Amino acid sequence: MSRQPVIVGVSDAPTENRGRALPGTHVLNMQRDCALEALAEAGLTMADVDGVAVAGMWGMPGPGAMQPNLLTEYLGIRMPKYLDGSNVGGSAFVLHAGHAYEMIKAGVCDTVLILYGSMQKSQAARSLGGRPALFSNQFDMTAGLPSPAGAYAMAANRHFHDYGSNRETLAEIAVATRSWASLNPAAAFRDPLTIDEVLSSPPIVDPLGRQDCCLVTDGGGAVVMTTEERAKDLKAKPIYVLGHGESASHSNINYMPDMSRLEVAEHSSSRAYSMAGLKASDMDMAMIYDSFTITVLLTMEALGLCPRGEGKDFVKGQRTAPGGEFPMNTNGGGLSYCHPGMYGIFLLIEATRQLRGGLGERQAPNLTTAVCHGTGGVLSSGATVVLSNEKP
Amino acid sequence: MTEYKKIVPSIDPDSAPYWEGAKNQKLMIQRCRKTGQTFLYSRQLVPGVDDRQVEWIEASGAGVVYSYTVARRPAGAAFEQDCPYVIASITLAEGARIMTNIVTDDVDAVKIGMPVTVFFDKVSEDLTIPKFRPA
Repeated sequence: MSRQPVIVGVSDAPTENRGRALPGTHVLNMQRDCALEALAEAGLTMADVDGVAVAGMWGMPGPGAMQPNLLTEYLGIRMPKYLDGSNVGGSAFVLHAGHAYEMIKAGVCDTVLILYGSMQKSQAARSLGGRPALFSNQFDMTAGLPSPAGAYAMAANRHFHDYGSNRETLAEIAVATRSWASLNPAAAFRDPLTIDEVLSSPPIVDPLGRQDCCLVTDGGGAVVMTTEERAKDLKAKPIYVLGHGESASHSNINYMPDMSRLEVAEHSSSRAYSMAGLKASDMDMAMIYDSFTITVLLTMEALGLCPRGEGKDFVKGQRTAPGGEFPMNTNGGGLSYCHPGMYGIFLLIEATRQLRGGLGERQAPNLTTAVCHGTGGVLSSGATVVLSNEKP
Repeated sequence: MTEYKKIVPSIDPDSAPYWEGAKNQKLMIQRCRKTGQTFLYSRQLVPGVDDRQVEWIEASGAGVVYSYTVARRPAGAAFEQDCPYVIASITLAEGARIMTNIVTDDVDAVKIGMPVTVFFDKVSEDLTIPKFRPA
């Protein structure tokens, strides 16, 4: 009996008006609706769920500090065997998928529900300041570092210095991502965007301008994982999780060992590839956390999609846009589709949809494999999964 | 002295010598007694080194810019009047990296590798912040 873990259901919450949750939505019923939709897509019910993984910034201080307990209660899940509230930033959900893989494979549980919800736009909960100057943040918060954008800006300046990338490199990423968003009806921003518009967008933290920064939206999602054996009786085409990895190197950007090199992603992806028995060059597409354009540049290089320092050539001439040589961030990303604060779950959702096929004009051609990589904090944590639509 | 409205550090037992030193016009950093590696606040020690083998030393105050950003938008209203202002990670002559402001009228002249030197900005009776200027 194959306990090979597979993804059998995904769902993302609908939004309107540039990423606002629909009227009557709050952070719990949003997750309920996503869970029910993802389970229904698979042909499963809440009674099948025996593992719960969730991360988010809601309900704190208070019950949000123990989100798996609250979701178990709210959704009426009966005595789950695996709980995961690991919060390592926006990468958390990719990390949850890795943990769920191990729990399912080991027979601890059979069906895991990964959940996320956020009302940050409706609640106007985001700003560049106001974070406490605690622990290793005593120095940069006191100095007025806009957060988290300023930390990513420092990495960008260092990458520019070390490898000769520049603002045009980053603009290529923003424009390609917007082109994918234009094909996704669920994306918050679908209007065409040009390199010049990115370069002339209002400066925020040099060298990053407005169009280098992710959106601030509401949003949520759900992913359902189970065994290949269980999936045989289900209606959804299973997407195989072939490998995973995770790591972290720092909390504050000042303690990132090398700001122009995303070592956590090098480590997490090499473990994921090795587990899958595949190489970076075997990947047909990539879903890469794009909190900022620089996040993508650093991650592509760390995932081995191109040699370190050569990301500027990899993205040049819209190579990652629709119709380009390498499909990347095909939902429109955190830059143009949605970014409710912790974006990682949407990487899994979109990669699953692409690997299933049938997405119409947004469908990337000839896909077998996908690599998803989430980044959390300020380039602090990383989690990778390798997915395939073919049985290993 | 006018009231200081910007965010102030939550000083803890690990960082108190740094902030006390600043009040006395000294830039204090930590050094591993075994390896000589210097660091500031970070708990990253050479693997296998007992973290109690740490001493505080006074740094020279000289350094070079490791990386930086120019804030065109403030980190909250208290910083608005400072825009544009520079936040930088400085590699000190002793090796440790420190996150701070570079105070200059010419923010566009700040570059990676640029030499900088410390000065002490007494912002209130209770708080003096080590900041840097182009050397």
